[in-house]
Amino acid sequence: MGKVFGAVAGVGAVGALYAMKKSWDPLPSVKAAGFTTVDLSAAEPNKLMVEKWRGKPIFILKKTPEMVAKQSAEQTARDIVVNGENFLICIGLCTHLGCIPAYREAKQDFKCACHGGEFDSSGIDTLAPPPSPMVIPPFNVKGNTVVLGEEGETYRQMKDAGVLA
Amino acid sequence: MAHFTKATSVHDWLNQRLAIDTLQRVLSKEYWIPKNINFLWAMGMVLAFTFGILLVSGIFLLMYYQPHVDTAFDSVNFTIMREVEFGWLWRHVHAVAASVVFLIIYIHMLTGIYYGSYKKGREMIWISGMLLFVAFSAEAFSGYMLPWGQMSYWAGMVITNLFSLGSLEFNGLVEWIRGDYVPGQAFLDRFFMLHVLLIPLAILGLIGLHFGALRIPHVNNQDGEEFDFDEEAAKYKAGNKKESKVIAFANDFLSKDMFVVSIYLIFFFYLVFWHFGFAMDAINFDPADGLKTPPHIYPEWYFLWSYEILRPFPKDPGLVAFGFAQVIFFLLPWLDRSPNAVPASRRGLFFFWFWAMVIDLIILTAMGKLPPQGIYSTIGLFAAWAFIGLWVILPFITRNEKRA
Ligand code: FES
Repeated sequence: MGKVFGAVAGVGAVGALYAMKKSWDPLPSVKAAGFTTVDLSAAEPNKLMVEKWRGKPIFILKKTPEMVAKQSAEQTARDIVVNGENFLICIGLCTHLGCIPAYREAKQDFKCACHGGEFDSSGIDTLAPPPSPMVIPPFNVKGNTVVLGEEGETYRQMKDAGVLA
Repeated sequence: MAHFTKATSVHDWLNQRLAIDTLQRVLSKEYWIPKNINFLWAMGMVLAFTFGILLVSGIFLLMYYQPHVDTAFDSVNFTIMREVEFGWLWRHVHAVAASVVFLIIYIHMLTGIYYGSYKKGREMIWISGMLLFVAFSAEAFSGYMLPWGQMSYWAGMVITNLFSLGSLEFNGLVEWIRGDYVPGQAFLDRFFMLHVLLIPLAILGLIGLHFGALRIPHVNNQDGEEFDFDEEAAKYKAGNKKESKVIAFANDFLSKDMFVVSIYLIFFFYLVFWHFGFAMDAINFDPADGLKTPPHIYPEWYFLWSYEILRPFPKDPGLVAFGFAQVIFFLLPWLDRSPNAVPASRRGLFFFWFWAMVIDLIILTAMGKLPPQGIYSTIGLFAAWAFIGLWVILPFITRNEKRA
């Protein structure tokens, strides 16, 4: 008797826990709304453009030729080239605890006011506490636009080269 | 079935069915309290009262609050504050009580530490109390989300991000907790549920456990004196109230408890009517905006000390230190190796340990509020290390303590 009850209760408990876990998952509609198309033709050099994707801010920064010329290989590897122009496209959330860093045009870097973290114009962390560069979201370049949330060819190449983090 | 006779009074009718006389005897008339305890022991009653106030004011707020990302902010700041008659009263009462309850919890905890009330058979009282502290923290945090202001949103963002566990990058877990990529409707709804139902239920259960845990070891006293409660109770019942070291909870001790509670309530309503602002954060009067972080994010005052333990370290060590701060108090009954359950003032080094801990917590709290720059970061870092250090040395300084 005890064993039978134990087995029934066990199966029931696992089933209930599974249902509870699933009920807290993001809804299909939330997941489906995960694509955003951004037109980059309006971007101005060294001016930060902020878009919204999956509720998160997306930083889009068109780099000036001087900026590109000064960059190290590591920085250039993170650039996304659209129509011959170099862009930084990343999720505008500090990798420390998720605040939104501010872009300082004069210094051409990002400052996170929360705990003082800093990132360069390629989104690479240059001053702790942020432990890693700002994240490049999945993207696909189509002419003058990028689709966020879609993994394009360039995205996959960057991923394989290990520059996305 | 028990034998029922024709009732001689309402009291008798109830007594036959609910045994109210027995209940009263066990719960109040023959529940024994040591005589030798000071007003600090009344904090339990003060807390029970504050919880009651939170419950009642919460029910009134619940009737007009709307848990929706578009309307939550206005339902609090416009409907309840301006339209509902006396809505402002319930909100201020609720906000002040939510803040003051932590002040009393800290006094209650520190009293327990000072007098060694977590030792020798009283471990469960301490542990259930710490579980209550955790439940109250979760209750406070989930409630803080509900007005859906800027600080609500960003506190929600930052705290849920902690669950990615640093470099382990458990983003799936964070998204599962939020039900979305960022705090949104799903997040607000589930925190609403947690705040008004699940966590209060847990708190009620834990309060039951906390009270139950007191029954067998009985409440400690100012000298940590061990005496036979049955013997002392017998003296009391025989009329030797003078010689007996105990008194009955009701109405003897209760009158003292209620005296402290009334002084407290004067202070409480003084805050509600004249200084309610201390429990509110100016930034939370801006509606939530996922595209704009406030320049300086900090929690409510009662979380500042543990926040400051997280902040001065790099990400992963910071999380470890933060986790340490959350669980270490639970282990106090085992880290304190001395069997003495007497006031800290009679325990040698432990006395200095106690006050060093209090001062360190105050410094951490102050630094947590200040922006993380320059000298403040440095002081914060030292204070965080001091906190960890104090816990590390505790077993050593208490091991060789003389029997007091
Ligand atoms: S969130 Fe950016 S430095 Fe902490």
